[in-house]
Formats: sequence, C-alpha cells, structure tokens
Amino acid sequence: MVIGLAHYLTLAAILFTIGVAGIILNHKNIIVILMSVELILLAVNINLVAFSTHAGDLTGQVFALFVLTVAAAESAIGLAILVAYYRNRGSIAVEDINALKG
Amino acid sequence: MQADAIFFWLFSGALIVSALIVILARNPVHSVLFLILAFVNAAGLFLLMGAEFLGMILIVVYVGAVAVLFLFVVMMLDVDFAEMKQGFVRYLPIGGLIALVVAAELVYAIGYEWTRSPGAAAAAAPSGTLSNTAALGRVLYTQYFYFFQAAGMILLTAMVGAIVLTLRHKKGVKRQRVADQVARNPASAIELRKVPSRAGL
Repeated sequence: MVIGLAHYLTLAAILFTIGVAGIILNHKNIIVILMSVELILLAVNINLVAFSTHAGDLTGQVFALFVLTVAAAESAIGLAILVAYYRNRGSIAVEDINALKG
Repeated sequence: MQADAIFFWLFSGALIVSALIVILARNPVHSVLFLILAFVNAAGLFLLMGAEFLGMILIVVYVGAVAVLFLFVVMMLDVDFAEMKQGFVRYLPIGGLIALVVAAELVYAIGYEWTRSPGAAAAAAPSGTLSNTAALGRVLYTQYFYFFQAAGMILLTAMVGAIVLTLRHKKGVKRQRVADQVARNPASAIELRKVPSRAGL
C-alpha cells in the first residue's frame, strides 16, 4: 500500500476536525482552546508540507515555517494575556471575560 | 507493507489518539503532555515526507518552547479545572455534529482529482543533490528574504508584548537608575563641611 497525498490530507482533515471539536467542547477552558488552536495550525502545516513534497516545490515548506512562527508568537502572547488577566481578576473562565460587553 | 507505510500508520494513529486525549482529558496537565506527544508524532510524519528541517524545528520550537510555556502557565495558575469541565456533556452532541460535518466536507474535498495550476508550477523546486535544509535555506534567504525579516519582526513584537503584559514593578524594590547615576556631579554629590576642632560632626 503506497502512502500518497490523500493519506496525509485525510490525516490533516481529521486533526483539524479534532481541533474544531476541542474548541466547542472545552468552551469554558481557555487554555485547552489555545491548545486546540495549536492542533488546527498543526493540521494546516501537515497540509502545506504534504502539498510541498507532492508538488516538488519548497514554497509550501517556507510557508509552513512562517505559520510555525506566527503560531509560536500567538501562543506566547495568548498565555501572557492569560497570566495578566488572572492577576487582575483571579479567574480565567471564559464567561467571566465580559468587561467589554456593550 | 513497506516500512514507510508502517511508520505512517504508526505516527498518524498516535497523532490522532493523542490529539483526542488533548481535547478530552480532565486534567489540563495531561492535555499539555499529550500535545507534546502529538507534536513529536507530527515531526515524525514531516520526516517521512522528507521535510527534515521542519520536523526538527517542530520539536525544538513546539516541544522545547511552546509546550513548556503551556505547562508553566497551567501549573502556575491556581484554577479549578473540574468546574470548567461542566457543560462538556451538554455540548457533546452539537460539537460532535459540527466535527462530523467538517470532517465529511474536508474528506469529500480530498476525493477530487488534483491538478496543478500552470502559473504556480515549481516556484521553488529543490535542485537534485541538496539536502532539505540546504534547499530550504537557499529559497528562504533569497526569494523569501523579506518575509523572513517580517517573521523576525513578528517574533520581536511577540517578545516585547509578552514582557510588557507580564512584567510588574513592585513598590519598595531598589533598582538601578542609570539616568540618575549619569546625572550626578560633584556639586550635588559632595558636601564640604567645616569641622570644628574636637567637636566632630
């Protein structure tokens, strides 16, 4: 059985789905939401690398590198906001984050 | 069955199982640990696909930095995570439904025949003998140099932002103030007193 592009794309689709389900199911826990976002970005990276090697074009891997960069920056900023918020309010429950409601 | 097929099923099976544990685990520390396992398996898949550099970067950046950051935050915040798990069962049907629809659509889209756009053909084709890392470096530092610089600026912004958000100055802590030190001169720092004989100051 030859492992081709479709195998990797299906794997990435399943991983993306798990990430989306994780956001819906853990809608109260912002740390698990951030981890689900990381899973989604990982699925995107698998797609990009699979297309890159399938097409013999390094652009996809360069793009995956940039996605990795932005994902690392995003999680660092997100966790910093989380720590600052916990210091101010003593809670990180998503439903308590309503200071900006209209 | 060839070796690469065996390793593909091994890595992808472990990846999916650990991703499921990430979103289903009761304890967020377990979630973070299985996130690490998921990233290690994804790095193995990248190696299988021939993207060695990205696989190693995934281990260094994610397992070495991001996952440890997550672990640090989960352990530092004193939060009742069991309370946050409430509503999990109530949202299970709708979450499962949305997941099923998304998965069905994605897998349906994969089932089509793939054709390459002629304009996109081989924008950066790797030349024969170079290793993946060398080929990626050649493309990254020439064709995508400005994007590379922009990625560096994004990381710098993230670093400055994280420091600004979390740094706190405590009151009553003595710290060095360089401007005050430089601004000192003999007139403000030295006082000449006339000391009377046998009296002291």
